[in-house]
Amino acid sequence: MLVDGIKSRPQYPGLTADAFAKVHVFAADGDGAQAVIDLFERQGRDINGRVIVVYADTAPGAPDYASRLEALPVELVHCMPTVATAITRLVGVLNVARMGTRIYASGTETMIGLTVQLAQELGMDPATVITEHRGSRARRVQCVHCKGMTENVTTNIVTCAHCGLSLLVRDHYSKRRAAFQGVCVDAEVRGEIPEITEIFK
Amino acid sequence: MSGADIPVRVARVETVAERIKRIRFVPVDGRPLPTFSAGAHTVVTMRDGAKTIKNPYSLMGPLGDTTGYEISVLRTNNSHGGSQFVHEKLFEGAFVTISHPSNLFALDLRARKHLLIAGGIGITPIMAMADQLHQIGTPFELHYSTRTPSSGAYVDELKQRYGRKIHHYQTVSARRIDLANLLSQQPLGTHLYVCGPDVMIEDVLRLAREAGWPEQHLHAEHFTSPRGGLPFDVELAKSARTVRVKEDESILQALESAGLEPPYLCRGGACGQCETAVLSCDGNILHYDHYLTDEEKEQGRKIMICVSRIKGQRVTLDL
Ligand code: FES
Repeated sequence: MLVDGIKSRPQYPGLTADAFAKVHVFAADGDGAQAVIDLFERQGRDINGRVIVVYADTAPGAPDYASRLEALPVELVHCMPTVATAITRLVGVLNVARMGTRIYASGTETMIGLTVQLAQELGMDPATVITEHRGSRARRVQCVHCKGMTENVTTNIVTCAHCGLSLLVRDHYSKRRAAFQGVCVDAEVRGEIPEITEIFK
Repeated sequence: MSGADIPVRVARVETVAERIKRIRFVPVDGRPLPTFSAGAHTVVTMRDGAKTIKNPYSLMGPLGDTTGYEISVLRTNNSHGGSQFVHEKLFEGAFVTISHPSNLFALDLRARKHLLIAGGIGITPIMAMADQLHQIGTPFELHYSTRTPSSGAYVDELKQRYGRKIHHYQTVSARRIDLANLLSQQPLGTHLYVCGPDVMIEDVLRLAREAGWPEQHLHAEHFTSPRGGLPFDVELAKSARTVRVKEDESILQALESAGLEPPYLCRGGACGQCETAVLSCDGNILHYDHYLTDEEKEQGRKIMICVSRIKGQRVTLDL
């Protein structure tokens, strides 16, 4: 099927500190907090200047990430309840930022994708965002037919939350929309749907 | 080098400042010239007696004008003579050919703002950039430094068109550009473009990196003119020929004089098009390009034949 080996599939090489940056802005959700904590342990001495963390506290029953982040040598931790509210806060932080600010994103593909998308809207080259994937592999899927977004998709095939079509979740990724593409899977014979399995855990 | 060269006539030669001439080319056949984007250059082929001179020049704009192209040429003391020829022998009515424009210094139009920095004659591609940004309405600032007030070609023209977006500095006066400060004040999403003397380009890029700017946002027009040096022989492995490279010519020029047509684009050590494998060399390669990595230069298995030479008697190339 059309799912693997697609170039637009994003890669997340892992967080590394930019020793020249004057301001470091970390955007993380869920277990992405651990990636930030690990980075400080590994490379803390390379992180000079101001540090701001925007964290979506979405890891249910997880270790108390919020206070562990606050224990790091950072200026400010914005702890938000959801990815959406975290992104809104990130907009506020980055809108007034200057060149010399380095953006890092860690956690789910959705969090990373939305952060990269925002950076791009603000004129940054998407490749400047340093990323690390942690936690759930759940995907944000855009239906190519009705353009609606379906969040937290963990299966190869999903019902579009908007138009109800059965969508095959492809590896084809749009940076601009921060979403994977979902294409109608039973266009030929309605109702003829391959086996549904959970593949993005 | 995409497509054949275009025959043009010199329609106007104008002295705009001390040692700087602006030249307008119009197509001989009257057909529209190809459109180009800001930062593009063309390679001009001129004949000086028996000698053929090919030099790259940035196109200044105005963009969208397909009735003619304009370039500016600084008179230098460099023996290679392109600039000397232009200043002494290229008159209105002369015929030359130009290559299709190619662009190694394009604007990244995803930026929110553009910071343009020019030194001296480096203003030429930057002028086209200002023109393009003005047309599309993206914010920009242009910082232009010149050695003396009278060498400041185009300052008045730029100020008239773009007003307070233009900042002019004279390097001999106290009004020197405070780069560190300038670089730390730019909004997120700014791209930087610098064109000017090598030392200036290196300074700007170094300071930008130190100020935390990512590589992807730094753009430089790093054309070098070929330098003279001691003569040497080039042995061409594939065509089993030997060509002598004289003091005042580059390997590329020597090969062209011998009737070969190696590929090139910028003739200034910037694009990578003329990269050639070195099979053996009895001396050292003098790398003058800005294309190969330090590692590649160290290894000595490649040479950019448009600008680099060797210090030795003989080099064998995979040509
Ligand atoms: S022709 Fe561009 S590097 Fe030689």
